[in-house]
Amino acid sequence: MDKKIRILMAKPGLDGHDRGIKVVARALRDAGMEVVYTGLHQTPEQIVEAAIQEDVDAMGLSILSGAHMALFPKIIDLLKSNNAEDILVTGGGIIPKEDIEELKKMGVSAIFGPGTPTTEIIKYIEENVKN
Amino acid sequence: MSDSAELVKRLLKGDRRAAAKLITLVENDNNGQSAKIMHLLHPHTKKAYIVGVTGAPGSGKSTLTDRLTHELRTKEKTVGVIAVDPTSPFTGGALLGDRIRMKESCTDKGVFIRSMGTRGSLGGLSRATNNAIRILDAFGKDFILVETVGAGQSEVDIVNSAYTSIVILVPGMGDDIQAIKAGILEIGDIFVVNKADRDGADRTVMELEMMLELNPKKNVWRPPIIKTIASRGEGVEELLSCIEKHRSYLESNNLLEKRQDCRNESELMDVLSYRINKYLLDDLKQSGSYTDLLKKICEQKIDIYTAADEILKILWKKS
Amino acid sequence: MFEKDKLEELKKEKKEWEEGSLKKVLDKFAERKDEFMSISDAPIERLYTPEEVEGLDYSEKIGYPGQFPFTRGVQPTMYRGKLWTMRQYAGFGSAEDTNKRYKYLLDQGQTGLSVAFDLPTQMGYDSDHQMALGEVGKCGVSISSLKDMETLFDGIPLDKVSTSMTINSTAAILLAMYIAVAGKQGVPPDKITGTIQNDLLKEYIARGTYIFPPAPSMRIVTDIFDYCSKNVPRWNTISISGYHIREAGSTAAQELAFTLANGMTYVDSAIKKGLDVDKFAPRLSFFFNSHNDFFEEIAKFRAARRIWAKIMAEKFGAKNPKSMMLRFHTQTAGCSLTAQQPYNNIIRTTLEALSAVLGGTQSLHTNSMDEAFALPSEESVKVALRTQQVIGFESGVANTIDPLAGSYFIEALTDKIEKEVLEYFDQIEALGGVLAALERGFFHKEIANASYRYQKEVEAAEKIVVGVNKFTTGEETQMNLLKVDPGVQKKQEDQIKALKEERDNKKVEELLGGIRQAAKGDDNLIPYITEAVKEYATLGEICDVLRDVFGEYKEQTVF
Repeated sequence: MDKKIRILMAKPGLDGHDRGIKVVARALRDAGMEVVYTGLHQTPEQIVEAAIQEDVDAMGLSILSGAHMALFPKIIDLLKSNNAEDILVTGGGIIPKEDIEELKKMGVSAIFGPGTPTTEIIKYIEENVKN
Repeated sequence: MSDSAELVKRLLKGDRRAAAKLITLVENDNNGQSAKIMHLLHPHTKKAYIVGVTGAPGSGKSTLTDRLTHELRTKEKTVGVIAVDPTSPFTGGALLGDRIRMKESCTDKGVFIRSMGTRGSLGGLSRATNNAIRILDAFGKDFILVETVGAGQSEVDIVNSAYTSIVILVPGMGDDIQAIKAGILEIGDIFVVNKADRDGADRTVMELEMMLELNPKKNVWRPPIIKTIASRGEGVEELLSCIEKHRSYLESNNLLEKRQDCRNESELMDVLSYRINKYLLDDLKQSGSYTDLLKKICEQKIDIYTAADEILKILWKKS
Repeated sequence: MFEKDKLEELKKEKKEWEEGSLKKVLDKFAERKDEFMSISDAPIERLYTPEEVEGLDYSEKIGYPGQFPFTRGVQPTMYRGKLWTMRQYAGFGSAEDTNKRYKYLLDQGQTGLSVAFDLPTQMGYDSDHQMALGEVGKCGVSISSLKDMETLFDGIPLDKVSTSMTINSTAAILLAMYIAVAGKQGVPPDKITGTIQNDLLKEYIARGTYIFPPAPSMRIVTDIFDYCSKNVPRWNTISISGYHIREAGSTAAQELAFTLANGMTYVDSAIKKGLDVDKFAPRLSFFFNSHNDFFEEIAKFRAARRIWAKIMAEKFGAKNPKSMMLRFHTQTAGCSLTAQQPYNNIIRTTLEALSAVLGGTQSLHTNSMDEAFALPSEESVKVALRTQQVIGFESGVANTIDPLAGSYFIEALTDKIEKEVLEYFDQIEALGGVLAALERGFFHKEIANASYRYQKEVEAAEKIVVGVNKFTTGEETQMNLLKVDPGVQKKQEDQIKALKEERDNKKVEELLGGIRQAAKGDDNLIPYITEAVKEYATLGEICDVLRDVFGEYKEQTVF
């Protein structure tokens, strides 16, 4: 069997807006990836544990509630303390530009804001997942 | 990429990241990785008890698996879960959503959950799943629950290779009769009528009972039918005690060994045919005589059976 | 609407036009597209004529404002009597921060309040709960106890201002707090006016802030109906919402169909509980999205009123005309806002707001231009409110009632949407009703398919989004965004700690025990909750008790 990109898609925190994440999950599946979808209301601990057990190459986190500056860093820290910082962390949602810069410094690989074509996300994941 | 021997060492020390990475390796099975891993793991397996859980989409199997996991955890058993979801035949991708219903178990260190896509190649799924089961077995899980929709032969094979197979039905979903037609009846050691608070639960139980009466395979073990409401955890304790009963039935009648033998034989056959395909036929396809024969068939100079005979001759000569 | 002979003549003329003038042009110049579609992917014809509305019976289908079937509006004078309520949804940070924003909005001429709560408040967690990490005060105001609610409405006379609260799973608790605050201002429960959203079904379908499984949720909803019909008679006990269904990616017809189907489920459940339909139904209200397909939205609002009136009269046997009136709040479409060229959002919002007004809304929220980045700044909220004021006071559209009635296009579209909605009702019925359809993932599947299709169309540039897939510049527009004070969480945590030291904890324990008993039995829960909040039992404490008794819901995920 061939190697497939595995990606975890999750909604950290309490935000219930899942239109975007569902569209992206479906697009990634249609691009041939295995998408582990864990749904709404996930704690950073649950997300990191799932990413480890599922041995994903990347994760896509969607936050529209404004809690990104608390949740992303927590997830990055947990990945580090589990020696799993090789997992590519990407995200999307309602996130102001200055926060995006801050998050990138912390180790978030990419943030896809509103209006990003799914093709761009697919391309990014394909190019940035380490083989 | 980490060396598989190193990963096996880490796995045996209880490193869950190593377990996860090993499953990925056997799933992808590049360069005969699986063979090497299985060779190293072999002495550490055959300890876990394997339970298959199958049911149509919407029957609540993930919820039931989750509840069963909880129940096992209260009895201080460790649990591995393998959840299989279909891969799209058109794109090769898959949406694996079983974890949604397993949020609580997710951070429990005594539980390891892995989602797998059915992927493409023939027999590949059962091979990958069986190997993943062995990995979790060597990882030290007491129980391994394998969850699939049970559609298609390879998924039926997976459930069939469990020691105890649970088949889930739901009242009024219209899939009960279909499921029976699909041959699920034969593989069920325990039947669960989930969402039993719905209308028609008793009727489904009755229909099942009648079907089981008609089943020509007269066993000493008569599959029990249990009503559950998985979302509230009702009936799950009873389900677990049925699993235990089935287990002691198998053990006291030397049937567990027999199931293991069957399992081993079918796996051996599977690996053999896979290898024959892969090594012999792949080699052959590269060779000139194969292309020549194919050309002759196209030109109507030779029939297919004669060509096959020719090929077999070549292969025998080789070996 | 036309005599038979006249209609025949018109049809003949139309045919002549098609074969003559039209054909001549089409032979030379193709139209811009082969097929013209609405944003919901409904085909739109080149021209609408009397032929498309030939079966339309004016008295039966259109009628007069304030009369059955209310197609033209629910009041006889509509905006000539009083403009819609201009109500901006707002809330962020601490109760103090939001109190300041409310006073600002009232000063700017806003006529009602609309409270946005943060997610912990909506999900039943106090600010100091681990699930609240990073969420406190972020997409709304944080309320953990009556103390916060007192601060939120400090200096705002609750007998004069009506308040809408977007609150669902914890609606009973927030309503109880509101009643308590009013009481402290000397305003009795029968004098307060406002709305709680209290629509749990759409939480499962689209919005995601559910706590309990459907059965106990429905029970709390009907407990509220019952309690309010006796004690808080001017309160809208539910705002049955299509807004979030649409935001999740549904079509216009799906938004309407699923919302009205939910509405029927609530009515049915209340009647089964023994409530008199004409007692509670006049207090039901609705909440729709106004998306950017101008005419489709207007038709949707008109169809909504007509369908609901018929349902209430025919299916539920309501006698009181007020039970048949579909009154609704509208918000412009958040999902139509773009992060690219954000000033364009002002124009989108204007068109969407105009649709809502031409569709006869009772109240309106206009989104702000910067909401694809953050909660709106004071400056951008002002522009959004001014948009409504320009429509109301300058444009002249409010001078006459339902001005687009009689347009062949609008009437044909209204009919068509009605028909699609009724077809959806049949499908839902066949699945065994809303709850059964929900369990089978029917709504999720329908919505996810529609939203995925739309995304594909945008990416293929079959649907144009200005500044996103056409007329792009690549420039970034700098905006002054609102920043929520990051210290709110800490402040809230300290306040809860202090509160728990100064209140009568023995009393609180007793009252929480009372809620537990009531939850296990059949008593109406609201009086128990009302008593507990007065003694400063926190929102999280009350929800913990209810979670323990009722359990928690897990999502149905279908793609």
